[in-house]
Amino acid sequence: MGVNQNRKHRGYNFAFLDENTKREIRRKLLKAVAIPGYQVPFASPELPIARGWGTGGLQITMAIIGPGDVLKVIDQGCDGSVNAVNIRKLLVKTTGVATTFDTNAASIIQTRHRIPEEAMRQDQILVLQVPIPEPLRYVEASEAKTREMHGEMDYSRMWVYLYENIVQYGEITIGARYPSLVNRRYLIDPSPIPRWDVPKLNQAETLYLFGAGREKRIYAVPPHTLAEPLEFEDFRFRVEDFTGRSCIRCGATDTYMNEMYDSSSGRKLFVCSDSGYCDRRREQSVTQNLACAEPTGHPLGRVPPKAEALVAPIQERSRSYPTASKEAGALEQVVIEGKEAR
Amino acid sequence: MAATGEAVLDVRGLTRLYGAGCPDCLVLTGPDAGTNICPQCHAIVACNNISFDLEQGEILGIVGESGSGKSTLLRCICFDEEATAGECYFAAFGTGRDDAFSQTGQARRYIRNHLLGIVYQNPLMGIKPHFTAGGNVAEKLLTADVYNVSLIRQRAATLLQRTEVPLARMDDFPANFSGGMQQRVQIAKALANNPPVLLLDEVSTGLDVSVQARVLDLIKEIQRDLGIAMIVVSHDLGVIRLLADRTGVMQHGQVIEFGLTDQILEDPQHRYTQLLVHSML
Repeated sequence: MGVNQNRKHRGYNFAFLDENTKREIRRKLLKAVAIPGYQVPFASPELPIARGWGTGGLQITMAIIGPGDVLKVIDQGCDGSVNAVNIRKLLVKTTGVATTFDTNAASIIQTRHRIPEEAMRQDQILVLQVPIPEPLRYVEASEAKTREMHGEMDYSRMWVYLYENIVQYGEITIGARYPSLVNRRYLIDPSPIPRWDVPKLNQAETLYLFGAGREKRIYAVPPHTLAEPLEFEDFRFRVEDFTGRSCIRCGATDTYMNEMYDSSSGRKLFVCSDSGYCDRRREQSVTQNLACAEPTGHPLGRVPPKAEALVAPIQERSRSYPTASKEAGALEQVVIEGKEAR
Repeated sequence: MAATGEAVLDVRGLTRLYGAGCPDCLVLTGPDAGTNICPQCHAIVACNNISFDLEQGEILGIVGESGSGKSTLLRCICFDEEATAGECYFAAFGTGRDDAFSQTGQARRYIRNHLLGIVYQNPLMGIKPHFTAGGNVAEKLLTADVYNVSLIRQRAATLLQRTEVPLARMDDFPANFSGGMQQRVQIAKALANNPPVLLLDEVSTGLDVSVQARVLDLIKEIQRDLGIAMIVVSHDLGVIRLLADRTGVMQHGQVIEFGLTDQILEDPQHRYTQLLVHSML
């Protein structure tokens, strides 16, 4: 009852979904947490956003969000890209919760294809949007068969796939969606996060919830749970290598970066994929009055907004956020290490 | 290597019905009734109360006409199909007296991956044409928990060499291999983790005679060198005579005669066996 008083729009329940639907999702979430890595089927009703555009993550967020939560929504690390903005708008309209671009200030972060750079805490929840929840889909087309394979923990074909990769290319070619074994039992598709983010799932402080709306599956990696990427004894798992690269906006050398090609100068540029983290680093370097890596004249090298604006409600913030992603539209964005699942 | 008298596999009362079945199915079918279809409920009795044991290092032949239940018997033992009734004990599983048929899917998969090698009549059932030849052997090793690429490749190379698959083709796809070569890849895969029991279902059928001879030679050699116990299913008495120490003859879902291969070939007792032996080329 308390939550319903807070709703912004009449005609909708708090967080859009009716309470029974939310309760169903919460029950499935409990099951998912109780059996780490197990894909729990759920109803996945229609939403005002098309399936395949983050409805799985959206439903989880809607089911767990309360009026006191502080929400952050990111799309491939960026707070300002279309998918994130739309989902954030829908959630704000139907809940009225505060939003933030600051990872540390958020209590719930919904994300597409990235885990934030800053280590998350135990009082935070990360909700991931998943296009294809089934890691065995690489090797088996039939859902009935893959469920049986999970039931019997028969992952040999995934292993053979990796073996064949090594034989053919001398390297495992899976860039994003790297299959990982949770709690030494269930193989999961960690959603199309880059390899860089996969180790963050292992023995984390934070609860990771995965929702696939189109495929109607929910699964979870609870805190302090093993989540190990598949690797051979003589071919260990590796993350993307950014040695010698630094972000043109904040100068960071230890983050996951997007490679961009400036067609006018022909240069390859690198910029932090996590825009919130990048902004904060720039902010710090400005306030400390340190020389920040400012490639003058480049459209990406603009001074970040004021610190207060970082935690301001989205309505004001979204206007003052034509940073990386929007202006980068002029540049051709190249995704590092292969295929993005979409 | 001769049999040592220790049973590696013990099958008791294996029965497999297709259809609902009725209490009289097993009585109303068989060689005496001349059919394996129950006249009352029209269920098909593919295997009717079959019992045998397989000794260490022995080759057991199963012979019979098409539809007599030979392949179903093998498919039940390797869990491709579920037996309707009966028990099955592997010496290497649990205490040796744990019924494999009543285990969970996970335990059965363990038995299949670690204790069995299966070679099907159609090589494409046993190997995946779009995994490389080496990858197919690797699959069997990976199911048996070997997670070291260089070890896997060494073992795959050894086995493919042994089964006369040219090493240059180790990283090619069996989809582009001849039938005989596919069959040899399948045998290499089945042998990958040295299983104590190997099941061979019509391995040489459909291969040309020279390839057939090489495959049979290979099986004989493997049995001699590695002492693996095998069950060889064939409708070809020539194959059985060449390979098997003991033989069971099946008709309409029942074993009608069981004994030493020589004995069965020289002095067949059952009418059907006599017919079979006399019609041998």
